[in-house]
Amino acid sequence: MARMKFLLDAERCIECNACVTACKNEHEVPWGINRRRVVTINDGKPGERSVSMACMHCTDAPCAAVCPVSCFYTTADAVVLHDKDLCIGCGYCFYACPFGAPQYPRVGNFGSRGKMDKCTYCAGGPQADNTQAEYIQYGSNRLAEGKLPLCAEMCSTKALLAGDGAVIAQIYRERVQRRGYGSGAWGWRTAYRETVAI
Amino acid sequence: MRALFLAAALLVAVPVAGQAQTNPNVSGTPTNPTSMLPPVADELEVIKALQGGRVAGRITIPDQQAASLIQPGGRSWREFHNVTLAWVGGIAVLGMLALLVLFRLMKGRIPVEGGLSGRTIQRFNLLERANHWMVASTFIILALSGLNLTFGRHVLLPLVGPEAFTAISQWGKYAHNFLAFPFTLGIVVMLLLWVKDNIPNGTDARWLKAGGGLVGHGHPDSGRFNAGQKGIFWITVLGGAAVAVTGYILVFPFFFTDIAGMQLSHIIHSIVSVVMIAVMLAHIYIGTLGMEGASDAMTSGQVDLNWARQHHNLWVEQEMAKGRGATPPAGAKAAGGD
Repeated sequence: MARMKFLLDAERCIECNACVTACKNEHEVPWGINRRRVVTINDGKPGERSVSMACMHCTDAPCAAVCPVSCFYTTADAVVLHDKDLCIGCGYCFYACPFGAPQYPRVGNFGSRGKMDKCTYCAGGPQADNTQAEYIQYGSNRLAEGKLPLCAEMCSTKALLAGDGAVIAQIYRERVQRRGYGSGAWGWRTAYRETVAI
Repeated sequence: MRALFLAAALLVAVPVAGQAQTNPNVSGTPTNPTSMLPPVADELEVIKALQGGRVAGRITIPDQQAASLIQPGGRSWREFHNVTLAWVGGIAVLGMLALLVLFRLMKGRIPVEGGLSGRTIQRFNLLERANHWMVASTFIILALSGLNLTFGRHVLLPLVGPEAFTAISQWGKYAHNFLAFPFTLGIVVMLLLWVKDNIPNGTDARWLKAGGGLVGHGHPDSGRFNAGQKGIFWITVLGGAAVAVTGYILVFPFFFTDIAGMQLSHIIHSIVSVVMIAVMLAHIYIGTLGMEGASDAMTSGQVDLNWARQHHNLWVEQEMAKGRGATPPAGAKAAGGD
Protein backbone atom coordinates (compact mmCIF):
# COMPACT_ATOMS: atom_id res chain seq x y z
CA MET A 1 0.00 0.00 0.00
CA ALA A 2 1.07 3.51 -0.73
CA ARG A 3 1.75 6.03 2.01
CA MET A 4 -0.28 8.96 0.72
CA LYS A 5 1.08 12.46 1.34
CA PHE A 6 0.76 16.03 0.12
CA LEU A 7 3.83 17.96 -0.98
CA LEU A 8 3.79 21.68 -1.72
CA ASP A 9 6.59 23.10 -3.82
CA ALA A 10 6.49 26.75 -2.69
CA GLU A 11 8.80 27.78 -5.57
CA ARG A 12 5.96 26.96 -7.93
CA CYS A 13 2.82 28.05 -6.07
CA ILE A 14 1.38 31.22 -7.63
CA GLU A 15 -1.41 31.65 -5.07
CA CYS A 16 -4.13 31.17 -7.69
CA ASN A 17 -6.35 29.41 -5.13
CA ALA A 18 -7.55 26.91 -7.73
CA CYS A 19 -6.88 24.12 -5.22
CA VAL A 20 -9.15 25.86 -2.71
CA THR A 21 -11.90 26.32 -5.28
CA ALA A 22 -11.59 22.79 -6.63
CA CYS A 23 -11.85 21.37 -3.12
CA LYS A 24 -14.87 23.45 -2.19
CA ASN A 25 -16.66 22.55 -5.41
CA GLU A 26 -15.80 18.87 -5.45
CA HIS A 27 -17.06 18.26 -1.93
CA GLU A 28 -19.79 20.94 -1.75
CA VAL A 29 -18.00 22.35 1.27
CA PRO A 30 -20.30 24.90 2.96
CA TRP A 31 -19.55 28.57 3.45
CA GLY A 32 -17.11 29.29 6.22
CA ILE A 33 -15.31 25.97 5.95
CA ASN A 34 -11.99 25.74 4.16
CA ARG A 35 -10.54 22.30 3.97
CA ARG A 36 -7.66 23.81 2.02
CA ARG A 37 -6.27 27.33 2.03
CA VAL A 38 -3.32 29.25 0.62
CA VAL A 39 -1.14 31.19 3.05
CA THR A 40 1.41 33.69 1.74
CA ILE A 41 4.41 34.26 3.96
CA ASN A 42 6.66 37.31 3.68
CA ASP A 43 3.98 38.96 1.58
CA GLY A 44 5.44 41.74 -0.53
CA LYS A 45 8.92 41.14 0.85
CA PRO A 46 11.95 39.22 -0.33
CA GLY A 47 11.38 35.55 0.26
CA GLU A 48 7.64 35.73 -0.41
CA ARG A 49 6.24 32.26 -0.89
CA SER A 50 2.73 30.90 -1.00
CA VAL A 51 1.90 27.59 0.62
CA SER A 52 -1.29 25.67 -0.03
CA MET A 53 -2.15 23.92 3.21
CA ALA A 54 -4.72 21.36 4.29
CA CYS A 55 -4.72 18.36 6.56
CA MET A 56 -1.32 16.72 5.96
CA HIS A 57 -2.51 13.27 7.09
CA CYS A 58 0.23 13.11 9.69
CA THR A 59 2.14 10.11 10.88
CA ASP A 60 1.10 9.76 14.55
CA ALA A 61 -1.64 12.35 13.99
CA PRO A 62 -2.05 14.83 16.90
CA CYS A 63 -5.82 15.15 16.26
CA ALA A 64 -6.29 11.42 16.75
CA ALA A 65 -4.06 11.46 19.83
CA VAL A 66 -6.10 14.08 21.68
CA CYS A 67 -9.63 13.20 20.49
CA PRO A 68 -11.71 12.49 23.65
CA VAL A 69 -14.06 10.16 21.76
CA SER A 70 -11.41 8.46 19.57
CA CYS A 71 -13.29 9.24 16.34
CA PHE A 72 -10.19 9.26 14.09
CA TYR A 73 -8.80 6.36 12.15
CA THR A 74 -6.02 5.88 9.62
CA THR A 75 -6.73 4.04 6.38
CA ALA A 76 -4.47 1.48 4.74
CA ASP A 77 -3.21 4.33 2.51
CA ALA A 78 -2.22 6.27 5.66
CA VAL A 79 -5.01 8.80 5.16
CA VAL A 80 -6.28 10.23 8.45
CA LEU A 81 -10.11 10.22 8.50
CA HIS A 82 -12.72 10.72 11.18
CA ASP A 83 -16.23 9.54 11.95
CA LYS A 84 -18.64 12.48 12.13
CA ASP A 85 -21.25 10.31 13.83
CA LEU A 86 -18.88 10.00 16.79
CA CYS A 87 -17.43 13.55 16.79
CA ILE A 88 -18.79 15.75 19.62
CA GLY A 89 -17.35 19.01 18.27
CA CYS A 90 -15.18 19.71 21.32
CA GLY A 91 -12.50 21.48 19.30
CA TYR A 92 -9.54 19.63 20.84
CA CYS A 93 -8.24 18.50 17.44
CA PHE A 94 -7.97 22.16 16.40
CA TYR A 95 -5.84 22.95 19.46
CA ALA A 96 -3.50 20.06 18.72
CA CYS A 97 -3.30 20.31 14.91
CA PRO A 98 -0.15 22.13 13.79
CA PHE A 99 -1.74 23.08 10.45
CA GLY A 100 -5.13 24.42 11.56
CA ALA A 101 -6.84 21.76 9.45
CA PRO A 102 -9.96 20.97 11.52
CA GLN A 103 -12.93 23.19 10.64
CA TYR A 104 -16.26 23.66 12.40
CA PRO A 105 -19.54 24.49 10.66
CA ARG A 106 -20.80 26.98 13.23
CA VAL A 107 -19.33 29.95 15.07
CA GLY A 108 -19.80 27.82 18.10
CA ASN A 109 -20.58 29.67 21.29
CA PHE A 110 -21.54 27.29 24.08
CA GLY A 111 -19.50 24.63 22.36
CA SER A 112 -22.10 24.09 19.65
CA ARG A 113 -19.53 24.09 16.90
CA GLY A 114 -21.10 21.12 15.15
CA LYS A 115 -19.22 18.15 13.76
CA MET A 116 -15.64 18.78 12.76
CA ASP A 117 -14.87 18.83 9.05
CA LYS A 118 -11.49 18.52 7.39
CA CYS A 119 -9.66 17.41 4.27
CA THR A 120 -10.35 13.73 3.60
CA TYR A 121 -7.63 13.39 0.95
CA CYS A 122 -10.67 12.90 -1.31
CA ALA A 123 -11.16 9.57 0.46
CA GLY A 124 -14.63 10.05 1.97
CA GLY A 125 -15.36 8.64 5.38
CA PRO A 126 -16.42 5.52 7.25
CA GLN A 127 -19.67 5.16 5.24
CA ALA A 128 -19.77 2.77 2.28
CA ASP A 129 -17.71 4.14 -0.64
CA ASN A 130 -19.39 6.65 -2.94
CA THR A 131 -22.81 6.45 -1.34
CA GLN A 132 -25.08 9.46 -0.93
CA ALA A 133 -24.60 9.28 2.85
CA GLU A 134 -20.85 9.45 2.45
CA TYR A 135 -21.06 12.32 -0.01
CA ILE A 136 -23.29 14.45 2.25
CA GLN A 137 -21.09 13.95 5.30
CA TYR A 138 -17.62 13.85 3.80
CA GLY A 139 -17.76 14.78 0.12
CA SER A 140 -16.71 12.68 -2.82
CA ASN A 141 -14.47 9.65 -2.55
CA ARG A 142 -12.06 9.94 -5.46
CA LEU A 143 -9.54 7.57 -3.95
CA ALA A 144 -12.10 4.74 -4.13
CA GLU A 145 -12.44 5.55 -7.84
CA GLY A 146 -8.70 5.24 -8.32
CA LYS A 147 -8.17 9.01 -8.57
CA LEU A 148 -5.96 11.32 -6.54
CA PRO A 149 -7.12 14.43 -4.61
CA LEU A 150 -8.62 17.04 -6.91
CA CYS A 151 -6.67 19.98 -5.47
CA ALA A 152 -3.40 18.49 -6.68
CA GLU A 153 -4.91 17.29 -9.95
CA MET A 154 -6.15 20.83 -10.67
CA CYS A 155 -2.92 22.60 -9.75
CA SER A 156 -1.88 24.52 -12.87
CA THR A 157 1.80 24.80 -11.92
CA LYS A 158 1.95 21.37 -10.29
CA ALA A 159 3.14 23.04 -7.13
CA LEU A 160 0.83 20.83 -5.09
CA LEU A 161 1.60 17.15 -5.42
CA ALA A 162 -0.47 14.32 -4.00
CA GLY A 163 0.27 10.63 -4.08
CA ASP A 164 2.60 8.05 -2.64
CA GLY A 165 5.12 9.87 -0.45
CA ALA A 166 8.13 8.19 -2.00
CA VAL A 167 7.02 9.06 -5.55
CA ILE A 168 6.18 12.73 -4.94
CA ALA A 169 9.35 13.18 -2.86
CA GLN A 170 11.37 11.88 -5.84
CA ILE A 171 9.58 14.32 -8.20
CA TYR A 172 10.37 17.20 -5.86
CA ARG A 173 13.96 16.05 -5.39
CA GLU A 174 14.52 16.03 -9.16
CA ARG A 175 13.02 19.51 -9.47
CA VAL A 176 15.27 20.92 -6.78
CA GLN A 177 18.33 19.28 -8.31
CA ARG A 178 17.51 20.58 -11.79
CA ARG A 179 16.73 24.17 -10.83
CA GLY A 180 19.24 24.30 -8.02
CA TYR A 181 17.06 25.52 -5.18
CA GLY A 182 13.96 24.82 -3.18
CA SER A 183 12.34 26.01 -0.02
CA GLY A 184 11.66 22.67 1.53
CA ALA A 185 8.68 20.36 1.51
CA TRP A 186 6.42 22.56 3.63
CA GLY A 187 4.99 20.80 6.65
CA TRP A 188 6.84 17.52 6.13
CA ARG A 189 9.09 17.81 9.14
CA THR A 190 6.05 18.54 11.30
CA ALA A 191 3.68 16.02 9.76
CA TYR A 192 5.92 13.10 8.84
CA ARG A 193 8.98 13.70 11.06
CA GLU A 194 11.16 13.71 7.95
CA THR A 195 12.05 16.04 5.16
CA VAL A 196 12.96 15.45 1.53
CA ALA A 197 16.72 14.98 1.44
CA ILE A 198 18.14 16.52 -1.73
CA MET B 1 2.43 39.52 16.59
CA ARG B 2 2.59 38.22 13.06
CA ALA B 3 4.66 41.16 11.95
CA LEU B 4 6.98 40.53 14.87
CA PHE B 5 7.55 36.92 13.86
CA LEU B 6 8.27 37.88 10.28
CA ALA B 7 10.62 40.62 11.38
CA ALA B 8 12.42 38.09 13.56
CA ALA B 9 12.59 35.68 10.67
CA LEU B 10 14.12 38.34 8.43
CA LEU B 11 16.62 39.47 11.04
CA VAL B 12 17.92 35.98 11.60
CA ALA B 13 17.98 35.13 7.94
CA VAL B 14 19.87 38.18 6.68
CA PRO B 15 23.34 37.12 7.90
CA VAL B 16 22.84 33.73 6.24
CA ALA B 17 22.12 35.44 2.94
CA GLY B 18 25.16 37.66 3.40
CA GLN B 19 27.42 34.64 3.70
CA ALA B 20 26.00 33.06 0.57
CA GLN B 21 26.67 36.22 -1.43
CA THR B 22 30.24 36.64 -0.27
CA ASN B 23 31.09 33.06 -1.10
CA PRO B 24 29.72 32.34 -4.58
CA ASN B 25 31.86 29.25 -5.08
CA VAL B 26 29.94 27.12 -2.63
CA SER B 27 28.77 24.09 -4.57
CA GLY B 28 25.09 24.15 -5.37
CA THR B 29 24.91 27.93 -5.15
CA PRO B 30 21.81 28.73 -7.16
CA THR B 31 22.08 30.83 -10.27
CA ASN B 32 18.46 31.97 -10.27
CA PRO B 33 18.35 35.61 -9.17
CA THR B 34 15.35 35.18 -6.86
CA SER B 35 17.25 32.66 -4.82
CA MET B 36 19.90 35.30 -4.01
CA LEU B 37 17.28 36.94 -1.82
CA PRO B 38 17.27 36.07 1.87
CA PRO B 39 16.30 32.41 1.91
CA VAL B 40 13.65 32.89 4.58
CA ALA B 41 11.11 30.98 2.55
CA ASP B 42 12.77 27.70 3.44
CA GLU B 43 10.56 25.86 5.89
CA LEU B 44 13.27 24.71 8.25
CA GLU B 45 14.96 28.13 8.23
CA VAL B 46 11.69 29.87 9.03
CA ILE B 47 10.83 27.46 11.83
CA LYS B 48 14.34 27.81 13.26
CA ALA B 49 14.13 31.60 13.06
CA LEU B 50 10.78 31.64 14.86
CA GLN B 51 12.15 29.45 17.66
CA GLY B 52 8.96 27.54 18.19
CA GLY B 53 6.67 30.45 17.30
CA ARG B 54 3.82 30.26 14.87
CA VAL B 55 4.48 30.48 11.13
CA ALA B 56 1.88 32.89 9.82
CA GLY B 57 1.26 34.84 6.67
CA ARG B 58 -1.50 36.53 4.73
CA ILE B 59 -4.70 34.86 3.66
CA THR B 60 -7.46 35.91 1.29
CA ILE B 61 -10.35 34.05 2.93
CA PRO B 62 -12.44 35.74 5.66
CA ASP B 63 -11.26 33.43 8.45
CA GLN B 64 -8.12 35.29 9.51
CA GLN B 65 -7.18 32.53 11.93
CA ALA B 66 -6.42 30.43 8.88
CA ALA B 67 -3.45 32.75 8.23
CA SER B 68 -1.58 30.67 10.80
CA LEU B 69 0.30 28.13 8.72
CA ILE B 70 2.06 25.99 11.31
CA GLN B 71 1.58 26.28 15.07
CA PRO B 72 4.15 24.16 16.92
CA GLY B 73 2.33 24.99 20.20
CA GLY B 74 -0.12 22.22 19.34
CA ARG B 75 2.60 19.69 20.07
CA SER B 76 3.12 21.00 23.60
CA TRP B 77 -0.62 21.09 24.17
CA ARG B 78 -0.94 17.48 23.01
CA GLU B 79 1.85 16.49 25.40
CA PHE B 80 0.05 18.30 28.21
CA HIS B 81 -3.36 16.81 27.42
CA ASN B 82 -2.24 13.24 26.86
CA VAL B 83 0.59 12.89 29.35
CA THR B 84 0.81 15.65 31.97
CA LEU B 85 -2.91 16.04 32.58
CA ALA B 86 -3.54 12.29 32.57
CA TRP B 87 -0.85 11.78 35.23
CA VAL B 88 -1.66 14.81 37.36
CA GLY B 89 -5.40 14.10 37.20
CA GLY B 90 -5.00 10.38 37.79
CA ILE B 91 -2.68 10.84 40.76
CA ALA B 92 -4.80 13.63 42.26
CA VAL B 93 -8.09 11.72 42.10
CA LEU B 94 -6.93 8.15 42.76
CA GLY B 95 -4.29 9.31 45.24
CA MET B 96 -6.86 11.21 47.26
CA LEU B 97 -9.23 8.22 47.26
CA ALA B 98 -6.38 6.00 48.49
CA LEU B 99 -5.49 8.50 51.21
CA LEU B 100 -9.08 8.63 52.38
CA VAL B 101 -9.34 4.83 52.55
CA LEU B 102 -6.08 4.74 54.49
CA PHE B 103 -7.30 7.47 56.83
CA ARG B 104 -10.55 5.62 57.43
CA LEU B 105 -8.71 2.40 58.24
CA MET B 106 -6.34 4.15 60.62
CA LYS B 107 -8.67 6.55 62.40
CA GLY B 108 -12.13 5.15 61.77
CA ARG B 109 -15.16 7.40 61.94
CA ILE B 110 -14.68 10.45 64.11
CA PRO B 111 -17.38 10.16 66.83
CA VAL B 112 -19.18 12.89 68.73
CA GLU B 113 -17.49 12.87 72.11
CA GLY B 114 -19.93 12.17 74.90
CA GLY B 115 -22.58 11.06 72.42
CA LEU B 116 -25.40 13.09 70.92
CA SER B 117 -26.98 15.54 73.34
CA GLY B 118 -30.35 15.60 71.63
CA ARG B 119 -30.21 19.38 71.65
CA THR B 120 -29.44 21.09 68.34
CA ILE B 121 -28.22 24.43 67.12
CA GLN B 122 -28.70 25.94 63.66
CA ARG B 123 -25.48 25.87 61.68
CA PHE B 124 -26.61 26.79 58.16
CA ASN B 125 -29.84 28.50 57.14
CA LEU B 126 -31.94 27.56 54.12
CA LEU B 127 -30.22 29.99 51.74
CA GLU B 128 -26.78 28.72 52.74
CA ARG B 129 -27.81 25.11 52.31
CA ALA B 130 -29.63 25.66 49.01
CA ASN B 131 -26.66 27.52 47.61
CA HIS B 132 -24.25 24.85 48.85
CA TRP B 133 -26.24 22.13 47.11
CA MET B 134 -26.53 24.13 43.89
CA VAL B 135 -22.74 24.44 43.79
CA ALA B 136 -22.23 20.84 44.93
CA SER B 137 -24.61 19.23 42.44
CA THR B 138 -23.37 21.26 39.48
CA PHE B 139 -19.76 20.65 40.56
CA ILE B 140 -20.28 16.87 40.55
CA ILE B 141 -21.72 16.92 37.03
CA LEU B 142 -19.05 19.36 35.83
CA ALA B 143 -16.35 17.17 37.38
CA LEU B 144 -17.65 13.91 35.91
CA SER B 145 -18.21 15.36 32.43
CA GLY B 146 -14.78 17.03 32.61
CA LEU B 147 -12.98 13.87 33.73
CA ASN B 148 -14.81 12.06 30.92
CA LEU B 149 -13.05 14.21 28.32
CA THR B 150 -9.64 13.12 29.56
CA PHE B 151 -10.21 9.62 30.92
CA GLY B 152 -13.50 8.52 29.35
CA ARG B 153 -12.02 6.99 26.24
CA HIS B 154 -9.73 4.80 28.34
CA VAL B 155 -12.27 3.89 31.03
CA LEU B 156 -15.81 4.23 29.70
CA LEU B 157 -15.42 3.78 25.93
CA PRO B 158 -14.31 0.12 26.12
CA LEU B 159 -17.27 -0.62 28.40
CA VAL B 160 -20.15 1.01 26.51
CA GLY B 161 -18.94 1.11 22.90
CA PRO B 162 -18.34 4.12 20.62
CA GLU B 163 -21.96 5.16 19.88
CA ALA B 164 -23.12 5.16 23.50
CA PHE B 165 -19.89 6.83 24.56
CA THR B 166 -20.38 9.62 22.03
CA ALA B 167 -23.95 10.14 23.27
CA ILE B 168 -22.74 10.33 26.87
CA SER B 169 -19.90 12.68 25.98
CA GLN B 170 -22.17 14.91 23.87
CA TRP B 171 -24.68 15.31 26.68
CA GLY B 172 -21.81 15.70 29.11
CA LYS B 173 -20.48 18.54 26.99
CA TYR B 174 -23.84 20.34 26.92
CA ALA B 175 -24.24 19.85 30.67
CA HIS B 176 -20.70 21.09 31.24
CA ASN B 177 -21.26 24.24 29.18
CA PHE B 178 -24.63 25.20 30.62
CA LEU B 179 -24.20 24.17 34.27
CA ALA B 180 -21.18 26.45 34.35
CA PHE B 181 -23.63 29.31 34.88
CA PRO B 182 -25.41 28.12 38.07
CA PHE B 183 -22.02 26.95 39.34
CA THR B 184 -20.51 30.40 38.88
CA LEU B 185 -23.54 32.09 40.45
CA GLY B 186 -23.28 29.73 43.43
CA ILE B 187 -19.60 30.52 43.88
CA VAL B 188 -20.37 34.25 43.96
CA VAL B 189 -23.20 33.76 46.49
CA MET B 190 -20.94 31.49 48.54
CA LEU B 191 -18.31 34.20 48.66
CA LEU B 192 -20.84 36.80 49.81
CA LEU B 193 -22.42 34.51 52.44
CA TRP B 194 -19.32 33.07 54.04
CA VAL B 195 -16.35 35.34 53.41
CA LYS B 196 -16.77 37.12 56.76
CA ASP B 197 -16.35 33.82 58.64
CA ASN B 198 -13.41 32.69 56.51
CA ILE B 199 -10.84 35.41 57.10
CA PRO B 200 -7.74 33.64 58.47
CA ASN B 201 -6.83 34.63 62.03
CA GLY B 202 -4.73 33.57 65.01
CA THR B 203 -7.15 30.80 65.98
CA ASP B 204 -6.39 29.11 62.67
CA ALA B 205 -2.66 29.14 63.36
CA ARG B 206 -3.23 27.47 66.73
CA TRP B 207 -5.66 25.01 65.15
CA LEU B 208 -3.13 24.05 62.50
CA LYS B 209 -0.34 23.78 65.10
CA ALA B 210 -2.43 21.32 67.08
CA GLY B 211 -2.90 19.23 63.93
CA GLY B 212 -6.54 20.15 63.54
CA GLY B 213 -9.38 17.77 63.98
CA LEU B 214 -8.15 15.25 61.44
CA VAL B 215 -4.61 14.41 62.42
CA GLY B 216 -4.37 15.72 65.96
CA HIS B 217 -6.07 14.33 69.03
CA GLY B 218 -7.13 17.34 71.03
CA HIS B 219 -9.85 19.71 69.92
CA PRO B 220 -8.24 23.03 69.33
CA ASP B 221 -10.41 26.13 69.54
CA SER B 222 -12.32 26.95 66.41
CA GLY B 223 -14.78 29.60 65.30
CA ARG B 224 -17.58 29.01 62.81
CA PHE B 225 -15.07 27.53 60.36
CA ASN B 226 -11.77 25.92 61.30
CA ALA B 227 -8.59 26.40 59.29
CA GLY B 228 -9.26 23.30 57.21
CA GLN B 229 -12.72 24.50 56.27
CA LYS B 230 -11.35 27.94 55.50
CA GLY B 231 -8.88 26.25 53.17
CA ILE B 232 -11.76 24.45 51.43
CA PHE B 233 -13.63 27.76 51.16
CA TRP B 234 -10.76 29.62 49.55
CA ILE B 235 -9.90 26.72 47.23
CA THR B 236 -13.56 26.66 46.16
CA VAL B 237 -13.86 30.40 45.66
CA LEU B 238 -10.47 31.08 44.05
CA GLY B 239 -10.33 27.78 42.16
CA GLY B 240 -13.95 28.27 41.13
CA ALA B 241 -13.12 31.74 39.83
CA ALA B 242 -10.15 30.36 37.87
CA VAL B 243 -12.16 27.56 36.25
CA ALA B 244 -15.04 29.94 35.57
CA VAL B 245 -12.90 32.54 33.80
CA THR B 246 -10.93 29.98 31.76
CA GLY B 247 -14.12 28.00 31.16
CA TYR B 248 -15.93 30.98 29.67
CA ILE B 249 -12.93 31.63 27.43
CA LEU B 250 -13.16 28.00 26.25
CA VAL B 251 -16.92 28.06 25.77
CA PHE B 252 -16.66 31.08 23.46
CA PRO B 253 -13.91 29.73 21.23
CA PHE B 254 -11.55 32.37 19.81
CA PHE B 255 -13.85 35.21 20.89
CA PHE B 256 -11.47 36.51 23.56
CA THR B 257 -8.15 35.05 22.49
CA ASP B 258 -6.15 33.20 19.84
CA ILE B 259 -5.11 29.56 19.71
CA ALA B 260 -2.26 29.99 22.19
CA GLY B 261 -4.72 31.58 24.61
CA MET B 262 -7.20 28.75 24.08
CA GLN B 263 -4.50 26.17 24.80
CA LEU B 264 -3.37 28.03 27.92
CA SER B 265 -6.97 28.40 29.12
CA HIS B 266 -7.48 24.67 28.76
CA ILE B 267 -4.26 23.96 30.69
CA ILE B 268 -5.24 26.22 33.61
CA HIS B 269 -8.87 25.02 33.55
CA SER B 270 -7.99 21.33 33.67
CA ILE B 271 -5.19 21.49 36.24
CA VAL B 272 -7.20 23.65 38.67
CA SER B 273 -10.19 21.34 38.11
CA VAL B 274 -8.43 18.10 38.98
CA VAL B 275 -6.95 19.69 42.10
CA MET B 276 -10.43 20.89 43.10
CA ILE B 277 -11.88 17.43 42.47
CA ALA B 278 -9.27 15.88 44.77
CA VAL B 279 -9.95 18.47 47.50
CA MET B 280 -13.73 17.99 47.16
CA LEU B 281 -13.38 14.22 47.56
CA ALA B 282 -11.83 14.87 50.96
CA HIS B 283 -14.54 17.44 51.74
CA ILE B 284 -17.30 14.98 50.82
CA TYR B 285 -15.69 12.24 52.89
CA ILE B 286 -15.32 14.24 56.08
CA GLY B 287 -18.79 15.73 55.70
CA THR B 288 -20.52 12.36 55.40
CA LEU B 289 -18.81 9.03 56.10
CA GLY B 290 -15.84 10.38 57.97
CA MET B 291 -17.46 12.21 60.87
CA GLU B 292 -20.50 11.50 63.01
CA GLY B 293 -22.97 14.36 63.09
CA ALA B 294 -21.31 16.44 60.35
CA SER B 295 -23.77 15.88 57.51
CA ASP B 296 -26.66 17.37 59.54
CA ALA B 297 -25.12 20.80 59.02
CA MET B 298 -25.91 20.69 55.31
CA THR B 299 -29.10 18.59 55.36
CA SER B 300 -31.40 19.86 58.12
CA GLY B 301 -29.05 22.67 59.02
CA GLN B 302 -29.41 21.71 62.70
CA VAL B 303 -26.32 20.18 64.29
CA ASP B 304 -26.09 18.46 67.65
CA LEU B 305 -24.85 20.77 70.37
CA ASN B 306 -22.15 18.30 71.48
CA TRP B 307 -20.86 18.06 67.92
CA ALA B 308 -20.82 21.85 67.65
CA ARG B 309 -18.98 22.27 70.98
CA GLN B 310 -16.44 19.64 69.95
CA HIS B 311 -15.58 21.16 66.59
CA HIS B 312 -16.60 24.81 66.74
CA ASN B 313 -16.56 25.79 70.42
CA LEU B 314 -15.90 29.51 69.84
CA TRP B 315 -18.77 29.71 67.37
CA VAL B 316 -21.15 28.02 69.83
CA GLU B 317 -20.17 30.51 72.54
CA GLN B 318 -20.81 33.35 70.12
CA GLU B 319 -24.22 32.03 69.13
CA MET B 320 -25.20 31.47 72.75
CA ALA B 321 -24.13 35.01 73.60
CA LYS B 322 -26.33 36.28 70.78
CA GLY B 323 -29.25 34.51 72.37
CA ARG B 324 -29.65 32.12 69.46
CA GLY B 325 -29.21 29.17 71.74
CA ALA B 326 -29.84 25.53 71.18
CA THR B 327 -33.34 24.26 70.58
CA PRO B 328 -34.46 21.68 73.16
CA PRO B 329 -35.59 18.22 72.10
CA ALA B 330 -39.20 17.96 70.94
CA GLY B 331 -40.38 16.19 74.11
CA ALA B 332 -38.86 18.72 76.49
CA LYS B 333 -41.16 20.58 78.85
CA ALA B 334 -40.76 23.96 80.40
CA ALA B 335 -39.29 24.06 83.90
CA GLY B 336 -41.97 23.25 86.43
CA GLY B 337 -44.23 21.89 83.72
CA ASP B 338 -44.11 18.32 85.00
